[in-house]
Amino acid sequence: MTYFLQQLINGLQLGFVYALIALGYTMVYGIVRLINFAHGDVFMVGAYLGFFAIASWRLPFPVAIVVAMVGCALLGVLIERLAYKPLRRAPRISSLITAIGVSLFLEYFTSLKFVFGPYFRAYPRPFAVRTYELAGITISNIQIIVFGVALVLMVALTLFVNRTKTGLAMRAVSFDHQTAALMGINVNNVISITFGIGAALAGAGGVLYGIAYPQINPFMGIMPGLKAFVAAVLGGIGIIPGAMLGAVIMGVVEKLTEVYISSTLRDAGAFAILIIVLLVRPSGLLGKKQKEKV
Amino acid sequence: MLLEVKDLTVDYGMVRALKEISFSVNEGEIVTLIGANGAGKTTTLKTISGLLKPVSGEIFFQGKRIDGLPGHQIVRMGVIHVPEGRKPFVDLTVEENLRLGAFTRDSGDISGALERVFKSFPRLRERLHQRAGTLSGGELQMLAMGRGLMAKPKLLMLDEPSMGLAPIMVEEIFSIIKEINQQGTAILLVEQNAFMALQIAHRAYVLETGAIVLAGRADELRDNPKVKAAYLGE
Repeated sequence: MTYFLQQLINGLQLGFVYALIALGYTMVYGIVRLINFAHGDVFMVGAYLGFFAIASWRLPFPVAIVVAMVGCALLGVLIERLAYKPLRRAPRISSLITAIGVSLFLEYFTSLKFVFGPYFRAYPRPFAVRTYELAGITISNIQIIVFGVALVLMVALTLFVNRTKTGLAMRAVSFDHQTAALMGINVNNVISITFGIGAALAGAGGVLYGIAYPQINPFMGIMPGLKAFVAAVLGGIGIIPGAMLGAVIMGVVEKLTEVYISSTLRDAGAFAILIIVLLVRPSGLLGKKQKEKV
Repeated sequence: MLLEVKDLTVDYGMVRALKEISFSVNEGEIVTLIGANGAGKTTTLKTISGLLKPVSGEIFFQGKRIDGLPGHQIVRMGVIHVPEGRKPFVDLTVEENLRLGAFTRDSGDISGALERVFKSFPRLRERLHQRAGTLSGGELQMLAMGRGLMAKPKLLMLDEPSMGLAPIMVEEIFSIIKEINQQGTAILLVEQNAFMALQIAHRAYVLETGAIVLAGRADELRDNPKVKAAYLGE
């Protein structure tokens, strides 16, 4: 039982990092109906920005998270303006292919020696790792930080979307661009803000991932990105609480598959969820049933 | 002149939807565009509100040229378009819908604007915290118009407000339109229900396959034999 609880906590830790990535997928999908496959690579850039902030610029850890979030927000807005905005009226497949192109570009461009370099780097721990025991369960200060930062960001996002004027505009645009414009909303700005917020969350996720699983490389975003995407689909793509729920489930399933079944089946367990969801409940756990329009 | 449309030509997809139409709306007026389905009425409104870009022609609002401006800037000038089909944000509450209508205004003005809307549409106050998706057709039309009023329009453009409503509800909506106009808002009304539209309008234009074929005072058009035959079913 203790072992199970221990693994549950480890799974939750992973799930909270996935949640920060999944939110960007789901918000961007909600607002422009695009699966932004470059999103996992933005997460990678966030991890590197945190790495440089801590290791090279010697900034304190909270500042490093802010640096990663701001840097990724700018990157997210830039990607939207340069790659996706010109295609907004094009068939959806064009944007999807472009997203894959942006993803490959980020992976290979950052692999260049004068950018991040193609090799693995050990992530610096900004503080000594401490562990605490509670009823036989070990929790590290790293885990507490991951939970704490992720929770604060998710609560902040929920409040932002539900309580602010800009959040209301985001919900209006995600429902219908034309009608939102008739309300006097600058739709292009709202789309940029959405990309920026999603990318900032992924950037924070990258730093948390770095301190929790301390080895990074330019291709590190692929797997967490895919799993966060599955998490967003699992929760119901376009629905913010759905992404959080889906991500937590993904993290826990992945961890439990690893320790109880086989560590090589870890990823298979995660992706089996995608297949099951698509078969049983294609609109996701919190998704509304879509009426097919004939 | 509040709104002036000059030689406006607009394509909708591959089709030429409007061919060099010209018309105007003065301060304090109700002007109606009547015509059959597909005559170009909705296209006209969408072009004025910036959702469609014209091929040629000019649109002036209070003397300033507005064609080519993005939609949100046109809203800021006081040109408010209540779209066909009402387009409520069905997942949001009635209150959130109304707040969106006031998006361009300072938050300090909102409670006053809400009271103003409740005066015309008392039923919206009762439904304030309900999801818009739960409203009836007539209530949705009230919500759409209330949402438009929240922006304090100088020109309110209504696209088919009577569509799909029971006759008694149509009467109610039209009397409210008249009331809004009497309080000083100019109205550009697009209707298939020519009978009702010509009763409350000051002037009217008849649109046929993208061109204006008749124009004049509403009471004159009401007696025009061609209009009677084609649009009033007499």
